[in-house]
Amino acid sequence: MSGQTLYDKLWNQHLVKQRDDGTALIYIDRQLLHEVTSPQAFEGLRLAKRKPWRLDANLATPDHNVPTTLKERAEGNSGIKDPVSLIQVQTLDDNCVEYGIEEFRINDPRQGIVHVVGPEQGATLPGMTVVCGDSHTATHGAFGALAHGIGTSEVEHVLATQCLLAQKMKNMQVRVEGELGLGVTAKDVVLAIIGEIGTAGGTGYAIEFAGSAIASLSMEGRMTVCNMAIEAGARVGLIAVDDTTIEYLAKRPFAPTAEQWEAAVADWRELVSDPDAAFDKVVTLKAEEIEPQVSWGTSPEMVTGISGQVPDPKAAQDETVQRSHTRALEYMGLQPNQKITDIKLDKVFIGSCTNSRIEDLREAAKVARGNKVADSIKLAMVVPGSGLVKRQAEAEGLDKIFIDAGFEWREPGCSMCLAMNADKLGAGEHCASTSNRNFEGRQGYGGRTHLVSPAMAAAAAIAGHFVDVRSLPANDATHAQEA
Amino acid sequence: MKKFTRFDGVVAPLDRANVDTDLIIPKQFLKSIKRTGFGVNLFDELRYLDEGQPGQDCSNRPLNPDFVLNQPRYKGAEVLLARRNFGCGSSREHAPWALEDFGFRVVIAPSFADIFYNNAFKNGILLITLSEEEVDQLFAGVEASEGYRLEIDLENQRVITPDGKALAFEVDAFRKHCLLNGLDDIGITLQDEDAIRAFEQKHKQARPWLFRQPA
Ligand code: SF4
Repeated sequence: MSGQTLYDKLWNQHLVKQRDDGTALIYIDRQLLHEVTSPQAFEGLRLAKRKPWRLDANLATPDHNVPTTLKERAEGNSGIKDPVSLIQVQTLDDNCVEYGIEEFRINDPRQGIVHVVGPEQGATLPGMTVVCGDSHTATHGAFGALAHGIGTSEVEHVLATQCLLAQKMKNMQVRVEGELGLGVTAKDVVLAIIGEIGTAGGTGYAIEFAGSAIASLSMEGRMTVCNMAIEAGARVGLIAVDDTTIEYLAKRPFAPTAEQWEAAVADWRELVSDPDAAFDKVVTLKAEEIEPQVSWGTSPEMVTGISGQVPDPKAAQDETVQRSHTRALEYMGLQPNQKITDIKLDKVFIGSCTNSRIEDLREAAKVARGNKVADSIKLAMVVPGSGLVKRQAEAEGLDKIFIDAGFEWREPGCSMCLAMNADKLGAGEHCASTSNRNFEGRQGYGGRTHLVSPAMAAAAAIAGHFVDVRSLPANDATHAQEA
Repeated sequence: MKKFTRFDGVVAPLDRANVDTDLIIPKQFLKSIKRTGFGVNLFDELRYLDEGQPGQDCSNRPLNPDFVLNQPRYKGAEVLLARRNFGCGSSREHAPWALEDFGFRVVIAPSFADIFYNNAFKNGILLITLSEEEVDQLFAGVEASEGYRLEIDLENQRVITPDGKALAFEVDAFRKHCLLNGLDDIGITLQDEDAIRAFEQKHKQARPWLFRQPA
């Protein structure tokens, strides 16, 4: 019998019951809650007169709807102008009080995007099962945790039973071997992976990211990679535990201490795929071949290197691809064969659960330092992922670097990643964005999103169009990844 | 979820194929934080003459007198009689929430859309698939007599007409069991409560740090 994959181990450690119909009950160690997908779950509990199974498994924070300007935030919940957004945030507060669930409220320094907050607090630990009513929950897989994005009915199910009804997925391994070039970041790696396997490439699989280039990434970088597993079609992304994981977790508020820490670490060391584990599919990429990426279309797989160009739809073999490329170019207002470096930007957004952690901000600040945002850019904003990231960045003087360069320095939240609050793109505007989805209208009706790394976004803000961070003077972004 | 018992209810006919979920509950109502209260906006576009807004008081809105649910003879209807492919379109769970909140417990049609089918049963609504001919006959019966009622006998899988005719229907044994016993997904999982507790104990012993709270 061959060995187990990391996913197999996590699954087996949480299997409560295998049912005859192929589904299984999986025990859930942590549920993260936010204001958009939880209200009806709580309402359902109330209607059925049920209580949450285990309160301390839950941790809540509002993120999708919160305003990000200092002025609005100073007013707390009343700074939320949209009445529906306000009700959602208030409802989360009320539900957490009613049931006794720990919540980091709007102006708590620990508030932030759930996928930044969980790991930062050590509330996401290796070997855990983590769920959240948000498709980017795969982020937490960076810690060797089994993390699923779920729907509202499932949020209620987990609240009431501490279990999720799930079906075992197939195993895929994506290996990135070799050394990443200077200026090439985790974001470029994951975009290149999606470009390679496509947005449906991971459907039905749990993807484990492995190989020397993945192992060399920091925890922030690993979270960026796992975050976008869903953009490759996989609900679950995973990375094995190693020293980097363990060092990151030491002394986090929710992490174990003293003897328990020792026992935990010993246990976590086992959270790797066995050498003889069998994967249903293996894909390998060479790190040296990955250059900084820019998405040109309306799906994350429509992506290419910075030295590349927008494809000519006519060149595609497949007719469906031709049609979707034609449609994408039309929406994006781009010409076939246009050079990526010729794409001009109107706005720049550095933030989101993909790239709003301290390392991301450091990379962007390196590029911004001593430079000025181009006059043609209407808005360049930096939105830290959490209050603690913001605080850390300010302690390092990053806020000053951004402000001096002409960026707006905002309060933490999802912000323009999905434009549920006031931060939006106008129709036809091109945006260099460090977020994860470039779907039509995602960042505002008619908005045109280009997905890039933080350093590439900062460089684009300064040049007014895309530039290769690797071509900037040596004191800038080329050393970004050493941060 | 309420137990589904044998009952007898007024039938309202919705003579229209491909009724989609956007027609059942238009998208502006999805922003709500509740899963109740959708009943007043069920079939909003058909039912009212103006455009509905979320949170609005519907009691003063102009009603469309031609729409069946506005006609006195169908007041208090619990059975909706519909046409082919009922519930197509988006996966919104708000559609069964709205039907249920309005008071419907059963929808009879020649066919239903997949996702809606699942969502309806999850929310305690029985969907009965009958043949086109049978559905035609029921439409004719409802048309002919005011106060037309049908008896729904889920246990024996039959719809009984006022003249005593029984129409048999198929329903998946598992779903039937859930409805009869008032079990939703959560209810079913909770039948394994002991297994979950036992697992939890073992899990906590093996990995206590997973249950730890910050100091
Ligand atoms: S930052 Fe964007 S992708 Fe991430 S949780 Fe918020 S809205 Fe979702």
